Amino acid sequence: METRHAKNKETDDQRKLAAASFKAFMLKDSTQSHLNLYDHLARLLTKVMDERPRNAVDVLEDLSFRVKRDLLQADSQSTLRDLPLVTASQTLAQTQQELFSQVDEIDPDEELVESALPNVNEISYYLEQAGVGLGREETQRIFLALKQLVASKSPSVQRCRLWGKILGTESNYIVAEVEHREDEEAGDGRPEDAPEDGEVEAEAADDEEKEADALPQSTHKPPPAAPKEANGTGANRCAYYVCTEPGLPWAKLPSVTPARINAARRIRKLFTGRLDGPISSYPPFPGVEADYLRAQIARISAGTQVSPQGYYQFGEEDAEDEPEAPRDGYEQNPDFEGIPVPKLAESLAHWVHHVQHILQQGRCAWVNLAAKPEEEFDEEGEAEEKEEEPDEPEPEVGPPLLTPLSEDEEILSTPPWSTKMSSTLTPQYAVAVLRSNLWPGAHAYACGKIFENIYVGWGLKFAGEGHMPSLPPAPQTEYPSGPEVTEATDPSLEEEQALRAAIEQQEATQEELESLEGDEEDEDD
Amino acid sequence: MDSSTLRYSLDLVSGNGYTVSGEQRAALHTSLQLLKKNYRYTRVLFWGKVLGLKQDYYIAQGKGEDEMKDTKFLYSFNCMEWHLLPPADARMVGDVSKAARGRFVGDPSHEYVQSRLQGEEEDAPAIKVTEEKRLAVTVHLIDEEASVVPRGAFTRTPHGRVQANRSFEGLSHADAEKLDNFLHFAKPKKLKKKFILELADLDPAIDFLDSLSDHIPNGQWSLQLENASSVCVIRSLLWLGMTFYHVPMTPQHGYVYMGDGCKNLDLPFML
Repeated sequence: METRHAKNKETDDQRKLAAASFKAFMLKDSTQSHLNLYDHLARLLTKVMDERPRNAVDVLEDLSFRVKRDLLQADSQSTLRDLPLVTASQTLAQTQQELFSQVDEIDPDEELVESALPNVNEISYYLEQAGVGLGREETQRIFLALKQLVASKSPSVQRCRLWGKILGTESNYIVAEVEHREDEEAGDGRPEDAPEDGEVEAEAADDEEKEADALPQSTHKPPPAAPKEANGTGANRCAYYVCTEPGLPWAKLPSVTPARINAARRIRKLFTGRLDGPISSYPPFPGVEADYLRAQIARISAGTQVSPQGYYQFGEEDAEDEPEAPRDGYEQNPDFEGIPVPKLAESLAHWVHHVQHILQQGRCAWVNLAAKPEEEFDEEGEAEEKEEEPDEPEPEVGPPLLTPLSEDEEILSTPPWSTKMSSTLTPQYAVAVLRSNLWPGAHAYACGKIFENIYVGWGLKFAGEGHMPSLPPAPQTEYPSGPEVTEATDPSLEEEQALRAAIEQQEATQEELESLEGDEEDEDD
Repeated sequence: MDSSTLRYSLDLVSGNGYTVSGEQRAALHTSLQLLKKNYRYTRVLFWGKVLGLKQDYYIAQGKGEDEMKDTKFLYSFNCMEWHLLPPADARMVGDVSKAARGRFVGDPSHEYVQSRLQGEEEDAPAIKVTEEKRLAVTVHLIDEEASVVPRGAFTRTPHGRVQANRSFEGLSHADAEKLDNFLHFAKPKKLKKKFILELADLDPAIDFLDSLSDHIPNGQWSLQLENASSVCVIRSLLWLGMTFYHVPMTPQHGYVYMGDGCKNLDLPFML
């Protein structure tokens, strides 16, 4: 009995000794990382006990790696202190904090005055029904940024609207449309750039004449550029402000010129998000990205800003004055009753354009440049040809203001608009939604007496099969070709010899004739 | 994007302009759960919306055990009744690319007929393709060419199965600004031979996919920090409408396509 007891004790002692020596082995520090296995396993198991991950055995290696990594980080931070890095998001948050500051106390009188600020919350609610949106938080920030814009431009702002968002490759643009009052002269953001042709060439010509051998002057006179429309009329009816992120200062876009609109019609470029970025394209665009952005905004507004029929009506003053000039003014109709939503969603005849169409010339009101007669036609809608003298160019006429959408033409067998109701399950409270197929990203909704337009997209027109870049123009004739300039081939040797033989023969016959005549004269005497 | 993340992720992606209305969101929630149960998928994703002239298609994607191989697409008009899309094989892709032109109409039985030039010989009858097939091919191509995941979100087990990485904690803010850290979720066409220095950082379980910056044409992805720099958003310029979002330092990520389903072949002019 005692020996068995003693033997058991011996094996127990041996086991204890083996365990102790193995524990000592585990406690040995690693030569490379100064960690030991025992502590690491203890930490690992403590972590598993605390966190209780599912299927811990499958992710054991990851857990072990993380324990080691955490240890290492704790060590390295003991002697060094981290410099607090200010990230870009923190700087932006600082700027955006100002959006939320309340400036003055709300005057009770001011509440009755109509504010130029749009109710962006209401608009975003309806747009969400329509399936269009910018995100709830972002819309709030945009709302507050618009409020800042209106407050900063306050006395001259008649109406302000969120026009939409244009996406870019590096950053995006949020665009606000502002209608200034008529008496305010809203200047451009930057000084007028010199007219494209005259001055620069004249200076160069002067310099050249002073040289000893003046190079021949080119007699090319580029066709006169159409003047841009005054602020407050036509394509420049409203001013546009953009910002990259709500909270950053709003930049005003320069007014649009017809040359830029025509150039923008021929190129297809994405925006980068920098207003001063160059536009490298063929045909070369005269301006920087801010100008291209403004031209696209003008084209999109002219093509896709629509309202239910009857919401706007013509003012009574300019009814009968000039039946030829396009009607510019419209005002809100106070008797508008609202068109029922199912009707709006069914047919396009109940919607009208309320922004003037831009003619081929690049302006809304045609200007006679007294150039050689050209036949212009419009891109969409009827072209009314007036009969004039053949010397005068035919004026371009576009579809008049407040034309219903059913007159819009199809592009490449795609109807220009798609309509639908926002909800089929609760049609009594649905909203009628219009989506443009010509400018993908342009939406309009109407419900009862309210409507709104918005554009969220890349700023590109629907190109159908693909963009066809313009070819370079044919080479121009430099000089009139006449006989003294045209090159003739040199006569060959045989021809020259034949010619010489012919001349000699002629001389010989002439001598004979003379001698014969001389004989005859002698005979006569 | 995962059906369980619909409630907040649609807000993060809507910088593109298109979003899903509240009624449809509620319908999606319900119907995607039912889809998961009926078809026994491991995960059901709301893949996106293809806009048609008359009606829009809502697309859902169901994933089985292997995230890359077992995928099925379904489409619906009202987010409640879903129809299975046929899987796209090479022959279907060829037929669709010859016959289909223009925008999606919105009617799955609409037939596209291949347009022939006048001088061509008519040795074979003109190829006809239904819009359903065109939709299947388009969705398959977009998923193959433009789906994005952050590096580390998916791992490949030694058996070759691709699964979600449960220890993925998200990319750091610095990492989220580099296009290299985003991978393309499709069979790698050319796993670039990397230099030894780069290989040291690579982990074969994580880096089995092509990186986005390897794509030609260069510059077809636009990486931005949106929503007060809290979300990293990547937009594809080749398939306009494909948007990927990732909130740095969190495992939230996903992608959705909301567009007209046409490849942007004019991209070289636009950049």
